[in-house]
Amino acid sequence: MSLALAVTGTLLVVLSGLPGLLLAKWPRTGQVLSAVLCGLGSLVGLAGAFAALSGVGSADLSFPWLAVGGAWLRLDALSAFFLVPIYLVAALGSLYGLGYWPQSRQAGQAVYLQIFWGLLVGGMALLVLARQGMAFLFGWELMALSAFFLVSTDSERIECRNAGWIYLLATHVCTLTLFVLFVYWRSLTGSFEFSAPAAGRLTTLSTGLLFTLCLLGFGMKAGLMPLHFWLPGAHAVAPSHVSAMMSGVLLTMGVYGFLRMVFLLGPLPPVWGGLVLAAGLASALIGIVLAANQSDLKRLLAYSSVENVGIIFSGIGLAMLGRWFGQPRWVLFGLGGALLHVWNHAGFKPLLFFAAGGVLHAAGTRDLDRLGGLAKHMPFSAALFALGAIAACALPPLNGFISEFILYHGFLEALGDGGKLMALVAVPIIAIVGAVAIVAFVKAFGGGFLGLPRSPAAAVAHEAPLAMRLPMAVLAVVCLLIGLFPDLVLPMLERAMLVLSPAVAGRVRADSFLPPFRLRLVVGLFLAISSLMALWLAGRRRQALAAGTWDCGYARPDSRMQYTASSFSQAFSRVFTWLVRVVTKRPAALPVFPLRAAMDSKVPEPVLDGVLYPAAGRVQDRLVRLRRFQHGLIQSYVLYVLVALFILLATLIPFGRIAELLFPRL
Amino acid sequence: MIINLIVHFCLLILMPPLLLGIINKVKALFAGRRGPPLLQAYFDIGKLLRKGMVISRSTTWVFMAGPVVTLAAVFCAGTLIPLGRFAAPISFTGDLVLFAYLFGLARFFTTSAALDTGSAFEGMGAAREVTFAVLSEPALFLVFFVFVRLSGSLSLGEMLHLAPAGYVSGAVAPLVLVAIGLFIIMLAETCRIPVDDPNTHLELTMIHEVMVLDHSGPLLGIALYAAAMKLFVLSSLLLHVLQPFKSGLAWLDWLIFAGGMMVIAGTIGVVESVMARLRMNHVPHLLVAAIILCGAAFVLLVR
Repeated sequence: MSLALAVTGTLLVVLSGLPGLLLAKWPRTGQVLSAVLCGLGSLVGLAGAFAALSGVGSADLSFPWLAVGGAWLRLDALSAFFLVPIYLVAALGSLYGLGYWPQSRQAGQAVYLQIFWGLLVGGMALLVLARQGMAFLFGWELMALSAFFLVSTDSERIECRNAGWIYLLATHVCTLTLFVLFVYWRSLTGSFEFSAPAAGRLTTLSTGLLFTLCLLGFGMKAGLMPLHFWLPGAHAVAPSHVSAMMSGVLLTMGVYGFLRMVFLLGPLPPVWGGLVLAAGLASALIGIVLAANQSDLKRLLAYSSVENVGIIFSGIGLAMLGRWFGQPRWVLFGLGGALLHVWNHAGFKPLLFFAAGGVLHAAGTRDLDRLGGLAKHMPFSAALFALGAIAACALPPLNGFISEFILYHGFLEALGDGGKLMALVAVPIIAIVGAVAIVAFVKAFGGGFLGLPRSPAAAVAHEAPLAMRLPMAVLAVVCLLIGLFPDLVLPMLERAMLVLSPAVAGRVRADSFLPPFRLRLVVGLFLAISSLMALWLAGRRRQALAAGTWDCGYARPDSRMQYTASSFSQAFSRVFTWLVRVVTKRPAALPVFPLRAAMDSKVPEPVLDGVLYPAAGRVQDRLVRLRRFQHGLIQSYVLYVLVALFILLATLIPFGRIAELLFPRL
Repeated sequence: MIINLIVHFCLLILMPPLLLGIINKVKALFAGRRGPPLLQAYFDIGKLLRKGMVISRSTTWVFMAGPVVTLAAVFCAGTLIPLGRFAAPISFTGDLVLFAYLFGLARFFTTSAALDTGSAFEGMGAAREVTFAVLSEPALFLVFFVFVRLSGSLSLGEMLHLAPAGYVSGAVAPLVLVAIGLFIIMLAETCRIPVDDPNTHLELTMIHEVMVLDHSGPLLGIALYAAAMKLFVLSSLLLHVLQPFKSGLAWLDWLIFAGGMMVIAGTIGVVESVMARLRMNHVPHLLVAAIILCGAAFVLLVR
């Protein structure tokens, strides 16, 4: 039943591009119909996913696929857990697109967007439901390719094309790694099925190889440092609802694949769990430090996704270590925190990207140093951006806090039972990450929405249309709901965790896992006090005088004199020069009569700009000699083919036999 | 039981401005002045709450939310911390994370409110506030590490009531280190000398006072009161390390607690009198020293 709902919903979403395509004459109607279809499909899919999460079982769906020996779909709680964000963001993003990318303005592109949007959702749903390597890969590639087309929607701009190509390159490295993974899996276990291999089929070496392939393939999709290089560019240039989907949902497909495969391998030696934990912590720390150094709003959000993926993987690392050392509590907190953070991240990150899209829409730029003062013109978006930012900083009373609370709890408990070193490294790093997140998000919120506008475009910005505000409101409710009533999601979380680890049965709802009532007591006290004070102040405010900002007696304060977003983070980046390089171009010492001078600073992407581009350039230089074979003469290309064919045919010649015939043994 | 709860809230609400008074009195004594009356901070806050406000035209609701959220968050943190030997009003496993993150919430809104004015001064203050917090946050968690390790519990109430078990021979050296580290964290978090100078208002080198430059009347009063309460909460955390003795008589223990708090305030006053404020780019070194002290304490404990 639940699987049938999910499949039906997915098919509806996949087909949602058609009305736009068929009703080319009435573009607006077509787009609205597409959005309705997408929303309807997502609702059906959500119903299926929630049914599975509340324990409604359903039969598998198998279909013959002769080439690989049959494939089937199954909806268990873990799949359902990852399906929920897919459908949620699918519906909201489609609605958002109505306001953000109306067909009337960008002729043709809205249809194009909606078609690939549907395919992207279909691909993700298929890979989450698939229980067999080849079907999984089919969904994976469908997702990867449609995401490529979505990223390069605006292909007139060179930055879009570049980001699109880099994404395509990276995603193919992922796919190839996964091909190797599944083929190797089949050669070891005898089938493409995702089921735990029989005892004795895997050796230490083959388990290690399988794990490494998983970490590379899935880690690159998830954006784990240092495989994250494709992510900031792609997230920054894609249309904002596509960024929201990629950041909030697509990345977590890597997490899903990793969990699904790695937990089949049984308890893994601590070196692998430790590696996952270290990679997670490194991603979290470096990701958020890079985020705090960005002045492009969407790039900042993209790096913060690297951070969140890092948090998720550090939880997975804790769970893996717990499995090996026989510590069920580590598994409980690690997995619980990681999985819940998948949901939470899918709540606040799309919200932030939606709001960022509204900013882009209204002021025409993503550069925080040219924004400012938007809260006056777009109060709704500003308030919801603030809410998303608080959730992303993992501050109470919103959802981000709940998952980080669980992770902290896990690491702190490990302090007592044999995980001293792990806790000593992990907890301070997560604490630093939390504090840096505040730098990054105060910078984004303050630089973008507060103060005075820094450019004429920002001064005349307008509030986002209803179709864009509604999805934001829904996500804000999700963030609040999980933050205030985490007990609502705990049963579903438990079912999803049971798929991976039966040891957690009955512990997730215990008070020692998460005390929702006490948390709510503090939060309620907080809300009561602050609203009482706000009420009292609102009365006093009516008699308040309005004046200019006090700037220490300076006669004509100007918006150009206020602190920019970049200056805000400068004090911070000085403390972190050992981790992140900032390239600053300063004007030379000014002459007596100063000329026009400009100062510019940016943070190069450490992996892409620091390693890959130089390395690619060097390889290109080495290979330049081969260019003489590539001169554009078709005749000689045919000759190459012929030569290659001869060489291949030559392998068929039985030289040994000929030699025997020619020189019979004397 | 219920009386202790009432006393807890009374102290939390009423005592913070007194600490400011003591600090200022000590500073005045060191400078050879008579100084303002002990209760001056109460008069100041009371007067500010009755005055009118001037609000900058460039601001929005965030400007008002700054002091309000800060006070509410600090108050909630105050309900999580046990005062003296008494239990905290609200206590649960892992409440130390909530305790630390409530300060984070306060910081988010204080700095956002500062940026809301569009003034370069307040931007500078906000930038410094968030930067130094990046270093004091891990130090605070390392302090908690030592307590978790000593007590085996994850709730502030049980963690901090570790005496006399805390005074086994091996725990003394770590606790001394933790006390120094925690004192540095407290000075940084409450923006006192040598990190920040609460007496200067218009210097380029300040943190907290510059962020509330544009707040006036009740908003300024709330901001000052919240800062005092933060000092109270963090001092009471420090007091657990310095003064674990208990008599068994409730009224005497409350008196001991209040006396201890006053001694800490006096110590801050002495520090402020004999030290100069550090240069801004040296503050991170001080905070890293706090991290190292607390980390070393933990290492001593698990060696």
